Amino acid sequence: MEHFLATVATDAVANVSGVVNWARAQFAMTIIFHFLFVPITLGMSVLVAIMQTMYYKTGKKEWKATTKFWQKLLAINVAIGIATGIIHEFEFGTNWSNYSWVMGDVFGAPLAIEGIFAFFMEASFGVVSLFGWKRVGKRFHLFSTWMFAIGTNLSGLWIIVANSFMQHPSGYKLNIETARAEMVDFSRIALQPKAIDTFLHQMSSAYMLSATFMITISAYYLLRKRHITFAKRSIAVGITFALLNAYFLFLVGDMQAATVTNMQPTKMAAAEGLFKGEEGAPIVMGMLNPSIKIGDNDKTAVFGIPFPKGLSLLGKHSLNAFIPGINDLVYGNKKYGILPAKELMKRGKVAIDAMYAYHAAKKIKNTSEMKKQKDIFEKHSKYFGYGHLKNEKDIIPPISTVFYSFHIMVGIGSFFMLFFLFMYVKVRKNQILENKLFLKISSITLWLSYIGIVTGWTMAEVGRQPWTVFGVLPTSKSATPIHLTNVKATFFIFLTLFVILGFAELKMMLKQIKLGPDSHEEEV
Amino acid sequence: MTHSVLQHYWWFIISLLGAMLVFMMFVQGGQSLAMQLAKDEEEEKYVYNSLGRKWELGFTVLVMFGGALYAAFPLFYSVSFGGAYWVWYIILFSFVVQAVGYEYRTKPDNILGKKVYQGFLYFNGFIGTILLGVAVGTFFTGSNFSVNGITRELTWGVAKDGINLRGLEAAISFNHGALFNLIFGLMLLFLVRVTGALWVNNNITNEAVKEKAQKLAKINFFILLPFLLAMLIMLVTMKGYFVDPKTQVVSLVDGHYLNSLLAGGAYKLIILLIGAVTFVYGVFAGAFQGKRIGFWIANVGVLFVVLAIFMTAGYGNSAFYPSYADLQSSLTIQNASGSLVGLRTMFYVSFAIPFVLLEVGYTWYVMRKPINKEDVEDKHAY
Ligand code: HDD
Ligand code: HEM
Ligand code: HEM
Repeated sequence: MEHFLATVATDAVANVSGVVNWARAQFAMTIIFHFLFVPITLGMSVLVAIMQTMYYKTGKKEWKATTKFWQKLLAINVAIGIATGIIHEFEFGTNWSNYSWVMGDVFGAPLAIEGIFAFFMEASFGVVSLFGWKRVGKRFHLFSTWMFAIGTNLSGLWIIVANSFMQHPSGYKLNIETARAEMVDFSRIALQPKAIDTFLHQMSSAYMLSATFMITISAYYLLRKRHITFAKRSIAVGITFALLNAYFLFLVGDMQAATVTNMQPTKMAAAEGLFKGEEGAPIVMGMLNPSIKIGDNDKTAVFGIPFPKGLSLLGKHSLNAFIPGINDLVYGNKKYGILPAKELMKRGKVAIDAMYAYHAAKKIKNTSEMKKQKDIFEKHSKYFGYGHLKNEKDIIPPISTVFYSFHIMVGIGSFFMLFFLFMYVKVRKNQILENKLFLKISSITLWLSYIGIVTGWTMAEVGRQPWTVFGVLPTSKSATPIHLTNVKATFFIFLTLFVILGFAELKMMLKQIKLGPDSHEEEV
Repeated sequence: MTHSVLQHYWWFIISLLGAMLVFMMFVQGGQSLAMQLAKDEEEEKYVYNSLGRKWELGFTVLVMFGGALYAAFPLFYSVSFGGAYWVWYIILFSFVVQAVGYEYRTKPDNILGKKVYQGFLYFNGFIGTILLGVAVGTFFTGSNFSVNGITRELTWGVAKDGINLRGLEAAISFNHGALFNLIFGLMLLFLVRVTGALWVNNNITNEAVKEKAQKLAKINFFILLPFLLAMLIMLVTMKGYFVDPKTQVVSLVDGHYLNSLLAGGAYKLIILLIGAVTFVYGVFAGAFQGKRIGFWIANVGVLFVVLAIFMTAGYGNSAFYPSYADLQSSLTIQNASGSLVGLRTMFYVSFAIPFVLLEVGYTWYVMRKPINKEDVEDKHAY
């Protein structure tokens, strides 16, 4: 029986562009919900394990109460994290069936591995950790809590591996016979530097969020003069942890900026609002010129305070390196060997035509023609994805979204580096209760973390456009050919459900926080 | 290792995961019985806390089942999830609400109130189970899609009968196997209700509830029997989707699944019968004699039965995801599978499965003591 070629080579999906946008909106909406809860799970599971270790070592009942308090909040959070997680696995099939068809051979593996290595650990040790206080030995109980924490963090690892393949595909090959991407080397998918950087930055941001979760709640208690000893202990742990993460985030973020500049230059150019490429390009903290368009070479793109040569330093780790701008990437730049997008698209079309011709030849068993077309295909397959684009400007992601989300994240990161250093000094000097203003600022750091995380991901994901798999598979060719009503309906059904559940989780959390850690001490 | 061996290997893993999923679905069965099992708050606590410590494992097996299908048979994932859109979304919805059901049920300030969360669990146990059964039923009756040749289009709801219900036809369109699918779904429901009741009998210390559980296990067992028999009779008599091993041409053949069950020294049939007998014996021990071990015996039987059913769908020159709209579009373990390198990589990954089973088994073992008074009064209790 004849093999299947993916719809990627046809225009079957083009007439349902509304579907593509609603499917995107659905993915964005559901994953943002997932990601309101997941970072707390990732970080708090580790922090709870640390606290339980303290209890194990010291035998002090305050540590037990502290552990149980945070564990209860964690349990409420995990439930909704799981509820909002499973939808994505289904979505890859229901809304992104062409994506799954073309990329499934590569993309499926990390997902399956996540299940085998991470989710089972979570599910089996989580129960022991939560309900094992009296049922199993102290040592095995502690072990289970750690295994749960490791399980959640491993699940973060594998999903990032999957995502990094979408950002920077490697370890695969386009197969003309099956017209899909096929795995050639799994180690290059799992261990690529992009995945490692992203994993570190992303984990650290989750730890940051959990640290600010503790800080915010503790600051709230301190401002209301409740549970003072408990809150002081928690805020000290939180601030130390936050400080470490603030600097770590910056360090890894800097590495990531370099990978993005090399691997996804269109994303970096948009993130910095760099229209005209330069040697020694600056970073400008400020506002994007709203009237600037792709192709404008003379207008100022960003108004604000420039850090001279900052971008060259960040992106290429060298003061005078050339950073390509949006216009260079669209229209080409001979001096730096950048091909215009039109040329990439032309070469891509050659690859697509060769694929069709190959299959036509195969039908009439013309082997020499098959071989010829295959050679043409192999030579041009690198540009295959570009062949599906309609307009040269399509290679640039939505500029202002990417620009502002990047700048907000970096702004928050810089603020954290200063603020937590300052707070850390206060903690060391035991002056934490003296200044109400700083406690008040502390009590909103959780929300800043949330903004940082969501804007960071927005930059990463919107900046990947127009591709689902960068340079290989355009988003417009990834969705399921289905009537729009279906996608809209499921969008609103899940939006409603998640809003209700999210609201319920928030109320329950607040209730537990009101009840406070004391309610756990009595049972010690 | 050849591509073909790996394809067969992966279909076996899928079958095993499918069997483990149904094994774990005693939780769903229990959820659908909870209202009959518990008459007051205290009894509810026993039932929900007993099931609640196992729900996540079943959920994880479902995720794993999906993940393995995605990695090993990606084309199936595209065709089935994109095609049977509403069936999958309703199943999904039922599992999303299950995930919060236990944890939020009795928490103060949970907004919706206990009854709604219990309703979620009921919905998951009842509708989720039937629809999962319907979806598996289509492995034998076929679906409404076509994967076109050179234009390479994937379409669903082909013009032939003009309907495009996005999967719901599997439960309504009676000239395309809806009867079989529904019987399959109901069979699954009553099956997991039996194992659910046996689980409650096994896992709590409250005698009154245990007695009800035994009674309910009996009742549901007797309701199950006609569905099970009907399903088996229909399966062996219906036309099946036969794939010619030489030409890969798909055709409808009378009694194909019977042939398949009898092929290869009838090993599938033997597994099926061993499973059925074990299951009946387990029900006898659990429901009629009240023994705790009944749950385990019956559910091991379930494992075998489901394994045999999945193997019948994928092995023996059958198309495991047939298309009644366009026979030649039917998916087989050959044409829907991942690449050689992809499957080989996953083959190495699958070596972890025994360790996973060990980890699951051990954590289950250390927590094995039935739910008692202290558990339901605990502050962390559901
Ligand atoms: C609390 C949250 C937070 C904070 C304070 C920062 N980041 Fe971040 N950043 C994230 C949370 C985050 C994130 C949401 O977790 C992302 C999305 C993808 C990823 O890997 O992490 C991200 C992505 C991300 C990327 C894009 C990677 C890509 O597109 O693939 C870059 C270049 C940076 N970050 C750089 C920085 C720098 C230089 C920071 C320093 C001050 C910084 N981030 C602080
Ligand atoms: C929590 C972190 C994440 C957030 C907040 C996030 C956010 C988004 C957003 C905003 C979009 C829409 C982009 C657009 O269409 O312009 C999107 C699309 C998408 N994301 Fe993510 N994402 C996250 C993580 C991931 C991960 C880990 C994966 C895969 C493993 C992933 C896969 C996808 C896919 C398949 C789409 C749809 C295709 C597309 O629009 O390109 N995302 N995401
Ligand atoms: C950056 C992005 C993501 C991270 C770090 C992440 C991490 C996690 C974590 C830690 C959990 C455990 C649930 C909890 O305790 O809250 C979880 C659950 C889940 N996630 Fe995500 N996730 C991400 C995105 C995705 C995507 C894109 C998918 C789609 C395949 C997905 C699928 C799931 C599923 C199915 C579950 C429930 C599994 C179970 O526990 O049985 N996640 N995720």
